[in-house]
Order: sequence, then structure tokens, then C-alpha cells
Amino acid sequence: MAIKDTKANALIVAGVLCFVCSLLVTVAAIALRPVQQASKLDDKRKNILRVVNMYEPGMNIDEAFKQITPKVVELDTGAIVEDVDPATYDQYSAAKDPAQGGQMILGSADIAKIKYRPKYATVYMLYNDDGTPRTVILPVSGYGLWSTLYGFLAVESDGNTVVGINFYQHSETPGLGGEVDNPNWKQLWSGKKVYDEKGEVALRLVKGGVDPQAPDAEHKVDALAGATLTSDGVSNLVRYWMSEDGFKPFLERLATQHAGAAAAPSA
Amino acid sequence: MSDVKAKKIVLSPIADNNPIILQVLGICSALAVTSKLETALIMCVGLTMVTALSNLFYSTIRNYVPSSVRIIAQMTIVATLVILVDQTLKAVAYEQSKPLSVFVGLIITNCIVMGRLEAFAISNPPWPSFLDGLGNGLGYSAILIVLAVIRELFGSGKLLGVEILPLATEGGWYVPNGLLLLPPSAFFLIGLVIWAVRTWKPEQVEKPDFRIQAGQAHGAEAH
Repeated sequence: MAIKDTKANALIVAGVLCFVCSLLVTVAAIALRPVQQASKLDDKRKNILRVVNMYEPGMNIDEAFKQITPKVVELDTGAIVEDVDPATYDQYSAAKDPAQGGQMILGSADIAKIKYRPKYATVYMLYNDDGTPRTVILPVSGYGLWSTLYGFLAVESDGNTVVGINFYQHSETPGLGGEVDNPNWKQLWSGKKVYDEKGEVALRLVKGGVDPQAPDAEHKVDALAGATLTSDGVSNLVRYWMSEDGFKPFLERLATQHAGAAAAPSA
Repeated sequence: MSDVKAKKIVLSPIADNNPIILQVLGICSALAVTSKLETALIMCVGLTMVTALSNLFYSTIRNYVPSSVRIIAQMTIVATLVILVDQTLKAVAYEQSKPLSVFVGLIITNCIVMGRLEAFAISNPPWPSFLDGLGNGLGYSAILIVLAVIRELFGSGKLLGVEILPLATEGGWYVPNGLLLLPPSAFFLIGLVIWAVRTWKPEQVEKPDFRIQAGQAHGAEAH
């Protein structure tokens, strides 16, 4: 029956078992990696399409994504950088890597509580038929109640009007903070303005509903019921990523270009 | 082995000897993953597979494992299976795997899995062990599904993400119960389920460990 409980037997059995198991895990990890990466990329693309209301269940994501061009932007200057490949650049891991220009955000400057800021960020551009930018999709992140929320904020080419917002990764309480995924709530963002006349970030979440008649209603979105901290987190991440530290320089360039295009004689 | 016995091994953990409500094991994940039915279902499949297969594999090698390293051998098998489940989930259901990832990893420490290995697979042949693991996984799943249906339906008015009760905030009539979305509500619900099952099957009621005798209440007041 059972083998003798000697030290040698124990070592041999444990060794063989560990070897077999590690082999299985290795094979599974390597065999599944390409599928996992494809699913992950699909998921990200799906969320980018969602934020500009182009996603329908069952659609061909690769096909739809051809309309969207990823670009890498230098946050400080707002200029599009061509020598960084958007397909391989990961701004969230680069943010933590000083060699890639990542920096710690110090003290009170860290409004969104994300600790690190990348030098470059990947934005996704949607163009009009004549090649002028129509919409830009900006990656945003910030701490809510339990977790960092990762998502996208889409802004029109005037650099001010919101098209939509979507979070693809968070662990907020389902039903409360998790309602950041609620389509009805996300719809409230459409048409809001990020900046006020002075160029300050004015867009934020407010409690108790938004009176559409109020003069600054275009800067206010109704906060999530029962989720004060998640709502504050969303307000903060908008404030951070739309500020000088975030995408403001890029959006300003975009707005200038947009104004230029609008002023040009339309033949 | 007769079919009758096999059926009994699979079915008895569902009501008569349920791992959650009679043995009170695996509560942690039952609280954590039941706020939505979809995540609960994926967790059920994951745990049932791990329990059944770890029982099967451990039972197959049970006579070759010296008893001094048996727990380590069990953990290694369970951990391997959990990693396989986790990796597969990430590959085929990436979106659903995100909210679950940490809980799938924690199946390794789920008391039900270890409990069945120690209580059954260690002394039974592979096929009955597999059935026992399957039965206990199904018993766990039954409770998780009950909890998740109640919590998602009354907590957010939906089932599997489809709206069933129109919410008052969106123009309907149902005001959701936010408490149901928080982990403590699963505790209350598990308590209610235990009460219901023990009313149905009184033989599950445990004998009290202590009895308060008449007259002692006065003594306590004197302190």
C-alpha cells in the first residue's frame, strides 16, 4: 500500500510532483499567452470604440479600429512624437520607469493619486474625411475608493467638448461606485465642456443633480448616488489629466489647429 | 461501484452535506463574488473544476505520497490547477476575468478544496474522489447562485446584466437595496439559507455546546 514515510521518499515524491506541475504551468502559460494578449488588446480596443459610441456587440473590432489612429504625445509640450511606436509603447509601465522619462508626482500635485506620470502618453485620433482631427481619445486614470480607475475620455477637436467617458478597469463597489459603467450615467458626459472662459478645468461631478438651466451646467455632471469617494476620484482624475500636467498642452494645440481650419476659406 | 452510490456521492453535498451551509467552509469567496450572477457563475465553474480534478489527481497518486509531505503535495496540485483555470479565463473571457482574478487565485486557499482532499481523496479511489469533488463543487455553486440571484436582482434590479426590475433612478419603479451589493449582505443571506435548510432538514441542527441554566442569569448580574 502506501510507501514508507522516509526522508528520501518525501524528497523524491515532492521533487517529481513539483517538476510535473511546474511543467504543466509553464506549458499552459506559454501556450495561452498569444491568446491572452489578443483578448487583452481586443478588450482595450473595444473600450476605445465604446467611448466614441462606435462599439456594437458582435462587431469586427479589428475592422472598426482601422478608423482610429494611435499617436504618442509628449505631455509637457503637447506635441505628437513620431519616434515612439504607439503599438509597443505602454504609458502605464513607462510612468514608473525613469529611463523612459517617468516621474513621481510629488505631494499636492498628485490630485488623481496615481503617483507616477509618464513623459509620453498614447492618444487615439479619429479623423474627418478631409484628414482633420474629429475626436481625440485620451487615456485617464485616477484613484477612486478601492482602486485606480483606468479609462478613456474622448474630446472633440475643439479641445473642449466632451464626447464620452469610459472606464475599462476598476474595482469599485458594484451598484455604487461601479455605476461608472452605467450607460445612462456615461451619456450625461456627452457635450459637457472641460474648460471655462479662463481656460481653467471646470468639468466636475456635483451632488444632487444638475439643473440644465444653470449657467455653468455645461461643466457639471451628476455625481454617482451612494458613491461620494468614487465620484470625487472621477472629478480629480479629470482635473489632473485635463490640467497643464496632463493633456492641456496637447488640447490647446488641437484647438488652435481646429480654429485655423475653421477660419480658412472653405473654397 | 454502483450507480446508486455514485449518485449519492454527487448529490449529498448539494443539500444534505453542503460545504457552505452545513460545514460552513468557503464563506470568504461566497461573500466576495456574489454581487453579480455572472462572476458567481464563473467562480462556480472554476471552483468545481478545481475541486473535482484535484481530488482526482491526488487520489491517483495517494499511495505514493508519504504522509509527511501530503499537504504540500495537495497544495501543489491545487495551485497548478488554479493557475491553469486563471490563465484559461484570461485567454477566453478576459473581460469577465478582470473582476475575478484575485478570487480565482484564492481558490488555492479555499477550505472546501483542501477539506475534500483530506477528508475523501486521501482514502478513496480516483473515480469516487472525482465525483465527491464534483458534488462539493456543485454544492458550493448552488449556494453561490442563490446568493447571486438575490443580490443582483434586488441590489441592482438586473440578472446577468439584463434589467429585470426597472430602477427608479432611470424612470422605473424599483428602488434598489444598496446593502445587498455589499459583502455583509451575503452573510445575512447565508444565515437565512442555513435557517431555511435546517428547518427543512432538522437533522442538520447541531446540539448546543453550552446550555444556560435557570438561575445563572442572576449570578451574572451581580458582577
